[in-house]
Amino acid sequence: MNLLMIIRVAFRALVRNKMRAALTMLGIIIGVSAVIAMVSIGQGASASVQAQIDSIGTNLLFVSAGAQNVGGVRSGTGDTGTNTLTVDDLEAIKREVPSVSMVTPAVNTRAQLVAGNQNWNTSLQGVSEQYPDIRKWTVKNGAFFTDADVRTAARVIVIGQTLADTLYPGSDAVGQTIRVTNLPFRVVGVMAAKGQDPQGRDQDDIAFAPYTTVQKKVLGRDRVQIAYVSAISQDATYTAQQQITDLLRQRHKLAASEPDDFTVRNMTDVAEAANETSKTMTILLACIAGVSLLVGGIGIMNIMLVSVTERTREIGIRMAIGARSSAVRSQFLIESIVLSLTGGTVGIILGVGLSLAIPAMLGWPTLVSMMAIIGSVIFSAAVGIFFGYYPARKAAALDPIEALRYE
Amino acid sequence: MVAVAAAEGNPFYLWTKKMLRIEPQQLTVNPALLAEIPEARTVIQLDHIHKTYTMGDVEVHALRGVSLTIREGEFVAIMGASGSGKSTTMNIIGCLDRPTRGTYILDGEDVSQMSKDERADIRCKKIGFVFQGFNLLSRTSALENVELPMLYLGVDAAQRHQRAMEALAAVGLAGREQNHPNQLSGGQQQRVAVARSLVNHPALILADEPTGNLDSRTSVEVMEIFQRLNRERGITLVLVTHEPDIAQYADRVIVFKDGKIKSDYQVQDKRDAAEELKNMPAVDEDDEDEE
Repeated sequence: MNLLMIIRVAFRALVRNKMRAALTMLGIIIGVSAVIAMVSIGQGASASVQAQIDSIGTNLLFVSAGAQNVGGVRSGTGDTGTNTLTVDDLEAIKREVPSVSMVTPAVNTRAQLVAGNQNWNTSLQGVSEQYPDIRKWTVKNGAFFTDADVRTAARVIVIGQTLADTLYPGSDAVGQTIRVTNLPFRVVGVMAAKGQDPQGRDQDDIAFAPYTTVQKKVLGRDRVQIAYVSAISQDATYTAQQQITDLLRQRHKLAASEPDDFTVRNMTDVAEAANETSKTMTILLACIAGVSLLVGGIGIMNIMLVSVTERTREIGIRMAIGARSSAVRSQFLIESIVLSLTGGTVGIILGVGLSLAIPAMLGWPTLVSMMAIIGSVIFSAAVGIFFGYYPARKAAALDPIEALRYE
Repeated sequence: MVAVAAAEGNPFYLWTKKMLRIEPQQLTVNPALLAEIPEARTVIQLDHIHKTYTMGDVEVHALRGVSLTIREGEFVAIMGASGSGKSTTMNIIGCLDRPTRGTYILDGEDVSQMSKDERADIRCKKIGFVFQGFNLLSRTSALENVELPMLYLGVDAAQRHQRAMEALAAVGLAGREQNHPNQLSGGQQQRVAVARSLVNHPALILADEPTGNLDSRTSVEVMEIFQRLNRERGITLVLVTHEPDIAQYADRVIVFKDGKIKSDYQVQDKRDAAEELKNMPAVDEDDEDEE
């Protein structure tokens, strides 16, 4: 008796009891669709994080004052108490490190912006004219301030979309005057809208002014908390990181035993960390969904065991008219595999459907993963074999005489 | 012209009687038919079969040295009280069980020491079973039930269908192929079972109390089919029954008692089911069909 025949026999046996087959499959359907939907959510989150990072630029490096980790105690980067990074350091990086193409300091402060009868508290960033190129962020209206504005510490300001909407609803912001700590600034440009960052913060609630202006006229101190550095290519980021570290250690006259008093991080590391986080999330979600798949599998075993008992007489008939034990075993094993594979297929359809519906329903990005689909198929087949084997063996071990006598 | 002596157990006697359906001493025998007699093959040969079951510490001797020979074309009824060993004998003849001692040659093959799988194959090819409880697969059409043994033999789909249709027609169930067992009467179900036992062209059909669950008229109908198959196709039939009047439809009766053969005789006034059916009051077929 060949395999095709056994498959037909198994199919007929399942079709004879549609309701039970459907209920048994339900466990696998829920399990598989949950795995696919969960992995899709995880992958979607991961992909959106990656997209954000890509939009920032993967050849980006951060240089910040203060050590990230001193004596095992982590302190925030750009620590307000430290004053170890200067504009001269940044000039030196730009001048002496060959793998660096652009540098901008970022002098951050919070400021109250007043325009007419509107006011808004926002993050004011003092940067150089290269900032839009480094961050790959375009100006929507007007223009970014220039090299000359930076040199002369001009009172010019570029605002984010949120600010433009808040302070100048319905009118053009460019050319208007904003007062920052009672100093008038001329609005020269409005940045293109960027939306939320992966942490959900509004990236458009921001204003840019030349760092020289912020240092001298707003803060009254010439310190740099953080700088953005652009490497010549993504491959050059590690070289740039090393070269910047070497240069700054040399400039800060640090002995070999002393730790860095600054921190250089590259975006690739940040991206990897973010990926690591979303990967962990995905695995966690998949594991939870996997448990339901396991429960579905146990459901199959349960039904198959009941089925073997209930169909003892049928097994006896089949054996009496010439079915070998192996044919009976194969029949039950294939019934169980058919149950789990059919359940798996329906689960895939449901899971993919769910993954496509989630962005519309909940607004979460999803990404249907081929790996998750293939994995679910293999897993559901494995569930069928694993949980079907024991009942199948039990059926095959029956004695035809006893089985025929069974009531 | 050859005269044949009447003697119990004499194959010439048996065959002559079967061929001509009259007592041989009354007539001369057609030599053309007589020429076939030496070809009457032995289908079943049991030689000193013992079967012992161990139940806990107690040994139960179900069979204590049974020897018997059944030739091709014979219609044999096995009788005996419960516990006489007739069921054990049937299980051994049907290759469902193995003897503890002794040899069993079925259709030229020694099956007494065969493995479980080998016996399954023998059952598939050489034995057709008809049971008391019909033992059809429920929720499965008559046609599929009849096709089942061919499925295990590996007959291709077209031939399976054709042979199953023929077998169902042979037992008078043409047009009922798609009915499920619960849509058929007891007699019809048993006829499906008979069709199923036929399809692999077995050397032997083994019927275990085939009329046990049937009323008297339906019993006669089933016996009529058995007699017809035996007469027209020369199929060897072994029938296990405890009803003496059912045994009267066979050619030969073997009676078991205490694990041994008590008697083995030719039926003197064999009943003819077809004749009896003619004389029975007609039953409205539709009533039966609607069950």
